[in-house]
Order: sequence, then C-alpha cells, then structure tokens
Amino acid sequence: MKRFVGVLVPLCVIGGLLAGGWWLLNGASIDVLQPAGAVAEQQLALLYLTLFLSALVVVPVFTMLIVFAVKYRASNKAARYEPEWSENRLLESLWWGIPIAIIGVLGVVTYQTSHSLDPYKPLASDQAPLEVEVVALRWKWLFLYPEYGVATLNHLPVEVNRPIHFRLTADAPMSAFWIPKLGSQIYAMNGMQSELNLVANQPGSFTGYTTNINGEGYADMTFQLKAFKTAEFSDWVAQAKQVTPQMDKPTYDTLVAPKSDTRERTYRLTEPGLFATIMRAQSGHASHGGSH
Amino acid sequence: MSGFWEFITGRLSLEYFPQDPVTIGAAIGMPVSALLLIGLITYLKRWKWLWTNWLTSLDAKKIGVMYTIVAMVMLLRGLADAGMLRLQTALSAGDATGPLSSDTFQQVFTAHGTIMIFFVAMGLLFGLVNVIMPLMLGARDMAYPLMNSISFWLFAAGMVLVNLSLVYGGFSNGGWLGYPPLTGLEYNPGPGVDYWIWSLQIAGIGSLLSGINFFVTILKCRAPGMTMFKMPIFPWSVLVTSVLIMLAFPILTVTLAMLSLDRTLGMHFFTSDMGGNPMLYINLIWAWGHPEVYILVLPAFGIFSEVVATFAKKRLFGYRTMVYALLAIMFLSFIVWQHHFFTMGAGANVNAFFGIMTMVIAIPTGVKIFNWLFTMYRGRISFTAPMVWFLAFVVTFTVGGVSGVMMAVPALDYQVHNTLFLVAHFHNVIIGGVVFGFFAGMTYWFPKIFGFRLHDRLGRWSAYAWQIGFILAFIPLYILGLMGAVRRLDNYSDPAWLPFFIVSGVGVMVVALGVGLFALQVVYSLWKRKELRDSTGDPYDGRTLEWSVPSPAPHYNFAVIPTVHERDEWWYRKQKGVTKPAKEEYKDIWLPKNSAIGLIVGGLALVFGFAIIWHLWWIAVPAAGLVIIVIVWRTLQDEMDYCITADELYKEANGAAA
Repeated sequence: MKRFVGVLVPLCVIGGLLAGGWWLLNGASIDVLQPAGAVAEQQLALLYLTLFLSALVVVPVFTMLIVFAVKYRASNKAARYEPEWSENRLLESLWWGIPIAIIGVLGVVTYQTSHSLDPYKPLASDQAPLEVEVVALRWKWLFLYPEYGVATLNHLPVEVNRPIHFRLTADAPMSAFWIPKLGSQIYAMNGMQSELNLVANQPGSFTGYTTNINGEGYADMTFQLKAFKTAEFSDWVAQAKQVTPQMDKPTYDTLVAPKSDTRERTYRLTEPGLFATIMRAQSGHASHGGSH
Repeated sequence: MSGFWEFITGRLSLEYFPQDPVTIGAAIGMPVSALLLIGLITYLKRWKWLWTNWLTSLDAKKIGVMYTIVAMVMLLRGLADAGMLRLQTALSAGDATGPLSSDTFQQVFTAHGTIMIFFVAMGLLFGLVNVIMPLMLGARDMAYPLMNSISFWLFAAGMVLVNLSLVYGGFSNGGWLGYPPLTGLEYNPGPGVDYWIWSLQIAGIGSLLSGINFFVTILKCRAPGMTMFKMPIFPWSVLVTSVLIMLAFPILTVTLAMLSLDRTLGMHFFTSDMGGNPMLYINLIWAWGHPEVYILVLPAFGIFSEVVATFAKKRLFGYRTMVYALLAIMFLSFIVWQHHFFTMGAGANVNAFFGIMTMVIAIPTGVKIFNWLFTMYRGRISFTAPMVWFLAFVVTFTVGGVSGVMMAVPALDYQVHNTLFLVAHFHNVIIGGVVFGFFAGMTYWFPKIFGFRLHDRLGRWSAYAWQIGFILAFIPLYILGLMGAVRRLDNYSDPAWLPFFIVSGVGVMVVALGVGLFALQVVYSLWKRKELRDSTGDPYDGRTLEWSVPSPAPHYNFAVIPTVHERDEWWYRKQKGVTKPAKEEYKDIWLPKNSAIGLIVGGLALVFGFAIIWHLWWIAVPAAGLVIIVIVWRTLQDEMDYCITADELYKEANGAAA
C-alpha cells in the first residue's frame, strides 16, 4: 500500500501539472513560437534544433536517474552491489565523447547562424530596405523615417515583406529594442549607434518592448509595430506627411523629460540629421554633457 | 558656516526616510525585531556566552555556523522580496497598478538579486566550507583563523548596509549588476546605488580574503599522506572556487571602485561622454560575474559528490575525471563572459566564439552528472534527505542546462535574452545547483557540528516542496518569456499573461513552505535531539575523515592528526579495523585565542561604508585609518595562541578512566 502511494502521489502531481499547463497554454499566443517574420522564423527553427540536440543527452540522463534510483535502492538486495567499482575507461570516454560530438554539431550551427542571423547583416531582398532611426527615450520610443520625412512616437508602421534597416541610439539609460514576432533584439545605447535588420512577412500589429531596465517608466515603454500591405503603407505615408505636428529639435527637447507617455503620435520630420544630432549630444561632442 | 554644516552632515536629510507604506512597514519592522533580539539576549543573560563562544571565536566551525545563520536569515529577506515581486505581477495586469510603486518594485528586485547572490548563496558557501573543509582535510583550522573572522565580519557589515538602506535612504533601482548609465550620477544621483556599491565592496573584500584563506588551507594544511589526488572532491571543488575568487573578485572591486569614482568625484569611466564608455563596465562586471556563477555552483558539485558516494555506499565513480572536469570548468569560466550581452552588437565572430565556449562548458558539466549517475549504478542507495536534494538537483539543474545551451547560441539568445525565459534559466541553475546543494550539505554535515541529526522525513518534505514550488514558480516564466514578457516588469498590458504570473506566485508560496519545513526540521530536531543524537560520530557510515572524529567535532578537530593512505581514508580504516592512537602519538597543540579584531574591523567597515554613502568624509577617513591601525596593532601582539597539552587530549579522547 505504502509503495503504491509512493508511486501514485508523484504521478498525480505530474499529471495535475501537465493538465493545468495544457489548459493554460491552449490558445495562448506565444510570440516567439508564432513568428511573423523571416528572422524570427529561422530563430524558431534554431530553438527546436537546440532542444532536439539537448534531448539526446537529457533523455538518457533522466532515464538512468529513474532506473538507477529504483533498481539500486538499498531495499533491493537482489541488485548487484559493487562498492569498489569506480572506473571504466570505455564508459568515461563515452560520456566525454557523446557530448563533445553534440556540442561539435551545435558549435558549427552556432558559427553559421551567428553569421547568417547577425543583426547587422542586411536581409536579402530585391527591395531597398525601409530605413528607420530609433531613439529610446525615457520612457517612449521615437522612430524617424528620414526617407519619407515622417516621425512617429510609440508606433512603427512598416511595409509587409520589405526589409527594415534600423539604426538605434538612446537618450536614456541603456535600453533594448525587441519585437518578439519579428526576431532579434539589440541594445540601444547613448552616444552610440547599433543596427538591426528585420522583416515582417505578415500584416498585423506586433508589440515591441525594451528588455533592458532603464528607470522608473521601464514597464510602460512598449510600442506597436504595424505591418501594412504596400498600398496601405503608401497611404499612411502620404497622410503622415500632411499632419501638423513637426518633429524638430525644439519638439524633440520636449520629449526628453523623464516621463512615461504611451500615446501613439505622428509627426512631420522637418529637421534632417536629427538622429545624428541626438547621438552627438550624448557622446559629449555638443553642449549637452551629462553630469558636470 | 553653511559649508561647515554641510561638511558635518554630508547629504543626510529627512527626505530620505521611507515614504510609501510598504517600505515604512519594513523599515519599522526590522529595527524592532533587532531590538527584540537584543532584549531577549539581555533577558537570558547570554551576552558573555555569545561574545566568548561565538562573536570573537576564531574556530572555523563556529565562524561557519555564523555565516550559515546570517545566510538563512537573509534567505528569508530575499524570499520575502520574491514574494513581493510576484504579488505585484499577480495584481498589476492591464490598468491595475498593484501594491508597489515602480520605484519600490525596482528596488525590491535589485535587493532580491543582490541579497540572494552575495548574502545567501555566498554566505551558505563560506559557511559550509568553514564548517567542514578543515575536518575533511584532516586539519585543525583554516590557515589564517583571524583573517577568517575578519572575512565573516566584513560579510556581516555588507549585509547590515543592505538592510540599513531599507530604513534610511532606499536601495539601488538598477538591477543586481547595476549597469551604468542607469546607475551613473546623471540618471541616479541618490544614495541607493551607493548603498549597493559599498555593501558589495565591503562584503566582496571579505570574499576575496576567504578565497585566499581556503586556497592556502587546501595547499598547506592537509593531513600528512593526503596527496592532491587522495583529497576528497569537496575540497577540490573549493580549491577551484578559491582560484576563481582570487582571480575574479579583484575585478569586482576595481569595477565598483571606478563606478564610485564616477559617482562621488564626477569622473568619467562609465559615462557615455568625456571618453567614458558604459560598455566597458558591462564587460568588466561580467568578467567577474560569470566566474561568480561557478564560484557558487562548483562547491555544490563537490557536496553532491560526497553525498552520492556516501548514500550509494560506493566509491565515487570517475574521481579523476571529476577533478579534470572541475579544472576544465575553472579555465573555461573566464572566457565566456560576453554571452551575457550577445545583444550589445558585437560582431558575428565574437558572438560565435563566446557562444561556442559557453557550450563547451556543458561538456565537463555533463560528464559530472554521468559520473554521479554511475556512482549510483550498482550501489546500495538510501534515499535520505540529502539524497532527495540530489535527485531534485539533477532534474532541476539539467533543465537549467538545456535552457542554458539554448541561450548560448547567440542567434537564439537574441529572442530570449533579458526576458523571463532568462530569469527562469538562471533560477533553474542557481536554485537547482547552489541552493539544493547547500541544503543537502547542511543536512548531511549537521550532526558533525551539533551532535544530532536533522529529522529526515521533514527534510525530504522540504525538498519535495522546493521542487514542486520551483516548477510552479519558474516553468510559467519560461512560457511568459516566449510570450514576450521581458524581465523586471512591474506592469503589463496583456491580460493573457496574468494566469501564468498567478501560478508563478503560487510557486513562490510553495517554495516558502519548503523553507518553512526546513526551519521546522531544525526546530523539531532540536526538540528531539536526544533521540537524534549521533553517538558514534559516523551516522551514515561515511567515507571521509570528518566522520572519524566524535560529533560534535571537538574545537581542535583532531586529537591526533591522522595520516592518510587512501582516497576514502575513513572507509578503508573501517574495513581494516579502526585502532585508537597510542598515548605517545598525542602531542601538545596550539590554538588561536579568541579575538575581537574581526568584529572591530567589521564594525569600522560598516561605519566607513555608511559615512561614504552619505558623504561624511570626516568619519569615513578616520574609520578607514583605524582599520589599518587595528590590524597593524594586532600584528605586534605576542601570545595569541593557547596550548592544549598531550595529556589533556589523551584524557579527553579516552575518558576519565585513562
């Protein structure tokens, strides 16, 4: 009876956890597992490959753990007992060898994907990429579209299937730019520029985040990437060029104050080179200079 | 005149007392409980006993117990912090704001991380090493008993500073590793970051001294005949850890010093202007931070190696491989730090190099797991509490290893870095590896120090509760991470995340139940100590030298220092038949007298830290000077030891009849 309970209780616990998990996960939207862009798709394939390769070690480990624990329990006097047996060159070579082989395979994959999925690497496409300049502010996201003369706050309209080339900086403590549905995050740092190449292959609205803590309003700092079909995107650009609010240095300066602001706004970008000005100011080459 | 007043008061000001109700509650609660404790000791007239037996003791076992007590109290604080974090995330979906303000929430997760790593994990590590390692080596004490005491009191001073910030001034809101520019002067001029810097700085110097002490003890104080390859695995793991401490902690010291120079003297090491660069900080802090992970986990590996061999009643499988694996991990742990920031924009080759190096560490780690499994193979396993902790460790740590390998692939890390997936991963390895390891070790070696065993069933229940609580608390975080939930969120708009956060909160409660059961285990065992008494000194039919002395171990450890012939010396002695040492083998021994120097140095360090945080230079400078004067004064003293004669030892070992 006691032994029966000893098996039954863990089984019930495991079963309960699995059932609960299934119930919660059913229909949940899991951005990383449901990509909407080519980069995130390749990263998802990589995730499954890594899990598979790990399973080659983990499954035997868990199996042996259970089998050995049951078979060699002290009460089972029928099992062999060899208290001095503590070395076996063949076995030891086996478990140095197998992980080495698996890590060897994964190492090659790592090298290749570090290059093929390098955030700085332009995506292959017959279309010229959409250029977007990103400024992380406390605590909102500013996007500049120099080629269209448009700027947005907290929303990021893009064109489906057209690669996007981001250049990023921060006028805030180090932040990070991440849209899980599209893939690859990258840090945005003051006085510096980082780059990222992504593409949306499905229309829709996808949430973006900062993943790096940057002060009080950190949690509010989300934005929506809106992937439009070509015609809709052109319409949006045409409309945006007509809006009244302008994005220039004085408007920008009003955004710099540390304040959460989740509203989506659209501006005409009237100051060329605003991105470079912001970056220069942060690195101390202009009047604005930190703490002194 | 105002200049003089400013010189006297620094930046002390009434506005730094806590303002929001949650913090006020904690700020009142802590001093009140401290006063109650002081009152209780006074009422029981235990001050003299406390002073001579504990506070000024240079006995490594006593120091180890003090480390462990501080660490366990801090575990409660860190757990309370975790509970607050999960309470907030369970109550702040959508428009709900939850009980904590953003600033408080950020201070709480910073304190949680800092306390759990520096004052719980490190404390448990130093505690266990002090308690048991000299006994395993056949040594009387650490190589430098006074330095050991100083290490402990610096650790305690750092701990007091962290908790003081709750009462006055607030803590850092910059995360446990405090990346600038967020923690720089421009974005964070208040005292919180300084509390963080100086508590780590002071405790960190204590850790460095401990590392030196352990290293010398292992190399110089082993019993005669104990060659390196006859040394048990636990001291081996401590040797590797102490090398890592000696190489890594100076990096932490320098990095924190540079950050404090930026903050107090307006320098520009880590600002983004004037030639400074915050990326430099991130590299430096992880050049310490990654080895730190192995500093914590390797001794836990050592503990499990002892536990499995003992309870499987079998020689540890692949001893030499275990040592080589430890050494491999030691070297590799210094060339993987960049994997903590693949997303900072380094080139593909740099990322690939660090990614592959990180995976390579999985190889020796995997080898260790296979060796433990094959120690069980053809053994006779009794599933006592330490063994249950081991099983929980294999399950939890292996899952953490898988998510670790996943994140070691840079292109994949881009999708999970700094999300709750990462949070789940490192709790997987740190709780599964370090915490389970130290709980196993504390349970295992408890009778050697206190003379009675811990109640086994309660210990097993504690392990089960931890394991189930862990699954409930962290598996939802993996899923949330993949759903797009980044770490450190105090508020989120997607209501679909809420059930996962609630399950995770329930998990924290189950973990708290596990901690409660452990506490109950200690209290209940204390109550039943007569029944649980270990009269033989060898309650588990052990293998290594610590089981050859009576329990509780005498303060001089060994009446006669044993001569070692085999790897599992005590096991083989038992097989050959244990003989008592002859009378002429007993020699006079010299032990260090009690000393208050450690306590004084720790106290001065605390005053120094507080003064520098509040810019009270007129206190800070003399306090630092006094530390040096006190230590120099001590070096000029003679007669710091006392003698136990061979006669006394012989009588004690053989009873009054002799």
